Amino acid sequence: MPNAESLSVAIIGSGGAGALTAGNMLLEAACAAGWHGLMTRTVGPQIRGGEAAALIRLATHPIDCMADRFDLMIGIDWLNANRFGAEIEVAASSLIVSDPRGGDLPTVVTRAGARVVELPLKEMAKEIPGGRPNMIALGIAARLLGLGEEPLIRVITKQLASKGQGAIDASCAGLKAGFAAAANLDFGVTLASPKPSTAKRWLVSGNETTGLGAIRGGVRFAAAYPITPASEILEWLAPNLAKVGGSLFQAEDELAAINMIIGASYGGTPALTATSGPGLSLMIEALGLATAAEVPIVVIDVMRAGPSTGIPTKSEQADLNIAVYGLHGDAPHLVVAPQSVSDCLFTTQWAVYLAEALQTSAIVLSDQFVGQAVAAIDRPADVAFIGQRARATEIAGTYQRYAIAAGGVSPMAIPGTRGGQYTADGLTHNERGTPTSSENDHSRQLDKRRSKLDSFAYGDHWATIEGDGDLAVITWGSLTGAVREAIDRLRHSGMNLRLIAPRLLLPIQPERLKAALAGVKRALVVEQSHGAQFHRYLRAHYDLPSDVRVLNRPGPLPIRPSEIVEAIMGWRT
Amino acid sequence: MSKAPPITNVSDLMAIAYQIEADAVQRYTVLAEQMETHNNPELVKVFRDLARAEGLHAEEIRKLAGDEDIAQRAEALRGWSRGDSPEEVDLGAAHYLMTPWHALQLSLVGEKRALDFFTSIVETTKDPKVKEMASEFVEEEAEHVNLVYRLLRKYPKPSDSWSDDPDTPLAQG
Amino acid sequence: MSSIEPRLACKPADYKSNVNPIWCPGCGDYHVLMSFTRAFAQLGLAPENTVVVSGIGCSSRIPAYTNCYGFHGVHGRSLALATGLKVSRPDLTVVVASGDGDGYSIGGNHFLHACRRNIDMTYVVMDNRVYGMTKGQPSPTTEPDFDTALSPGGTGLSPFHPLVIALASGANFVARAFSGEPNETANILVEAIKHPGFSFVEILSPCVTFRPDERDWKSQVHPAPVGPTSDPAKAARRIMTDDGFNIGILYRGARAPYRPKIANATVDLAELEKDFEL
Repeated sequence: MPNAESLSVAIIGSGGAGALTAGNMLLEAACAAGWHGLMTRTVGPQIRGGEAAALIRLATHPIDCMADRFDLMIGIDWLNANRFGAEIEVAASSLIVSDPRGGDLPTVVTRAGARVVELPLKEMAKEIPGGRPNMIALGIAARLLGLGEEPLIRVITKQLASKGQGAIDASCAGLKAGFAAAANLDFGVTLASPKPSTAKRWLVSGNETTGLGAIRGGVRFAAAYPITPASEILEWLAPNLAKVGGSLFQAEDELAAINMIIGASYGGTPALTATSGPGLSLMIEALGLATAAEVPIVVIDVMRAGPSTGIPTKSEQADLNIAVYGLHGDAPHLVVAPQSVSDCLFTTQWAVYLAEALQTSAIVLSDQFVGQAVAAIDRPADVAFIGQRARATEIAGTYQRYAIAAGGVSPMAIPGTRGGQYTADGLTHNERGTPTSSENDHSRQLDKRRSKLDSFAYGDHWATIEGDGDLAVITWGSLTGAVREAIDRLRHSGMNLRLIAPRLLLPIQPERLKAALAGVKRALVVEQSHGAQFHRYLRAHYDLPSDVRVLNRPGPLPIRPSEIVEAIMGWRT
Repeated sequence: MSKAPPITNVSDLMAIAYQIEADAVQRYTVLAEQMETHNNPELVKVFRDLARAEGLHAEEIRKLAGDEDIAQRAEALRGWSRGDSPEEVDLGAAHYLMTPWHALQLSLVGEKRALDFFTSIVETTKDPKVKEMASEFVEEEAEHVNLVYRLLRKYPKPSDSWSDDPDTPLAQG
Repeated sequence: MSSIEPRLACKPADYKSNVNPIWCPGCGDYHVLMSFTRAFAQLGLAPENTVVVSGIGCSSRIPAYTNCYGFHGVHGRSLALATGLKVSRPDLTVVVASGDGDGYSIGGNHFLHACRRNIDMTYVVMDNRVYGMTKGQPSPTTEPDFDTALSPGGTGLSPFHPLVIALASGANFVARAFSGEPNETANILVEAIKHPGFSFVEILSPCVTFRPDERDWKSQVHPAPVGPTSDPAKAARRIMTDDGFNIGILYRGARAPYRPKIANATVDLAELEKDFEL
């Protein structure tokens, strides 16, 4: 049986079928057995009982994006599956296992001409006391992909421990029935064995690694207002902050949340909140306050499709404008963007470190894809970026909170420090902090706040730069993985391409991008924004080669490696 | 149970009887749509069947009354009840995983309430024509109650785990 | 209130900064500043452990006129900022200053929740029944027939009743003061700061420029006929039936104040990853 280095499976069902549960179990078992894995999901708008698809990619090598299409699809039922049909692309070579009583096949399947095999999953489940069709689907998927029963039985036992032995037995029986049924199916391919590795591995979502990054960076206070798809960051932080002597506090709205973290940070505690586009819009005023009053804060924006309420459960990269340009007045601040589930940890930690060092506001542009995807990753290395703001402790004379000095950062007196009393202010102020409208004070403080950011040494973390060649693909955030995979494919057919993905979007780094683009004659910009926000940002602040093309599309469909390959192939001179 | 309004004439009685059926049609239709959105096709059929049956009852009453404006008259009489009508089907008892047994239990409660309602009119009215008509409605509702009992024999009571869903609720915004 | 021991022999002048206020001469807020410094002196508060948090408006300028720590934040959000500060630094004495526009209009939502949470801080609203800083628009406490540029002939709307709302939302201490009686106001502030939980003090503070009619307040205010009650129902009835000029502590409740849930760290960072491990 031919081996594949990567295979993708979708498990689809509705109304209590448990498709997502089955997907979770498959992912965990496969990753425990050593494969790399990535799972996302697509669901209808209902809170319970809706149509749902668990989308899983397994591979022998690290992966940061979904594949071009699904090799295997198991339909417990197809009710309303056409709603997300565009996200479950299959090929003629794909295998579809379908319960004949589950409704009509979605058009994406019939159009592709994929092979369909009918198995009465619901009836098979009824023959097992307490049996469920999603366990049968799980057994089928596992067998066809090349997993053994053991890792799955372990996962089932662990995940259903609280439901009792009866539930575990019924689920294992369903699993075995699926396994047995799959023996008669001809999938035609199986997953290559996982490469042996001694690395410690995690199964984790980007939102969770974001939370851990915050704590590692030194955050000990978070204010929370729930919003999809960011709530999981706050839910993870609530108990975990408490464990390390910090706390999370629920606010009445986003306006309160961001003002609370400003208050906590002013009191000396590194503080953070997390939200999505609509919440970030509400927080813009207070971001300006933190920037002007030089109070360090971090705001995570897990981007959803916009504008306005948009599609809360889908990813897009269209909050770049508001993050970079949204503050009224001239208010230089920090904007960073993580590039993968693993990178959410580093980038968030780095953002806390930078915000504290530079006494300013930092926006972390994560997105729904990377935030809610669950991936098996190698345990990220510990990094030494821990937030450490300059504090004024021994104060002689009248304390000048906003003193102009080399480097632009002035030490901050924390309440409790005798002699350090000052009033932080959003009003334009002098070095003492007293409000002023003088032209001199205003421009000196503007200079101070800009120079502290511009003169900081950000190091190589500012961007991911890989490869060589005279064609560069420039992207950012969660699309970095898909671009990298496209470039890898093209490299195998002899093309040399460069990947440039800035992690630091603000302040801009013109000299460094210039160096990264040395020798580049053509640039393809890839982004998930209808208005090509990233392309316009690049044009506004950087010199690009004269030959630039843009591959941009809004959500909800991810941009796949094959589309990027096609765009580049179509550009051969 | 809702208190009977002061019904002093047969056309008011017919209007209220009509309203009872029309409200039931509306409720069952809402439930059918809920079941459709939440991917429970078996219950879509059950509730559409119940809606259709109630609709036929409503039509019968309208024909009997010979009153084209019966719906309007019924609306005007609404004020006396805090719910919408005695046969009201409790939307709060719906569940996306409900089974036909649950739907029929819901219906049974509604039919019994309607039966009690007309019985109380028979017992309290002073108008002989109203009494006679109300007695006929009592018979009619009793037949509905029997029908639901017969249908229930086809559907076993579901097991305790009928509402188990392994997937957790999803945040949508 | 701060857990630090009071310092002895403090004078009100110790709490005043050398920044001259921009308020119009005749503004009630000058008296309020006096009351603040007298109250802080009476309590012997350490200026370095005291934070005055404000929003935007004439009254909100007050932090820079004291020599405590201060935060002059954005419009309407002072309570939120103070909440984040106090729950992460329970050792500090936090006083929040606002006006009727900042506090009851844009800040209305945060007002409700701050009362509900009953975190230990004191909220002082200088009510002049007008938006002074932006030159004379009606505020939520402006009388319905008061003529302004944005509402010719008056808004026709019933004024907001902040003391009732504070009581209903769970504030633990409710008082009304008048800027023209700075000693009495100082005494009320002392009690408010000492009282555990969320203390709300409304100070009627006339705006000499846009509400010259308020000069008359000094003849309209009078001490509340009875002392404070700890029964919220009684307090509600009294507050709802007074003429708006009863001065004094009106309600002194016994709700337990919010206790920030900050314990010492019980695990080291490496423990937090355990749930992620495959």
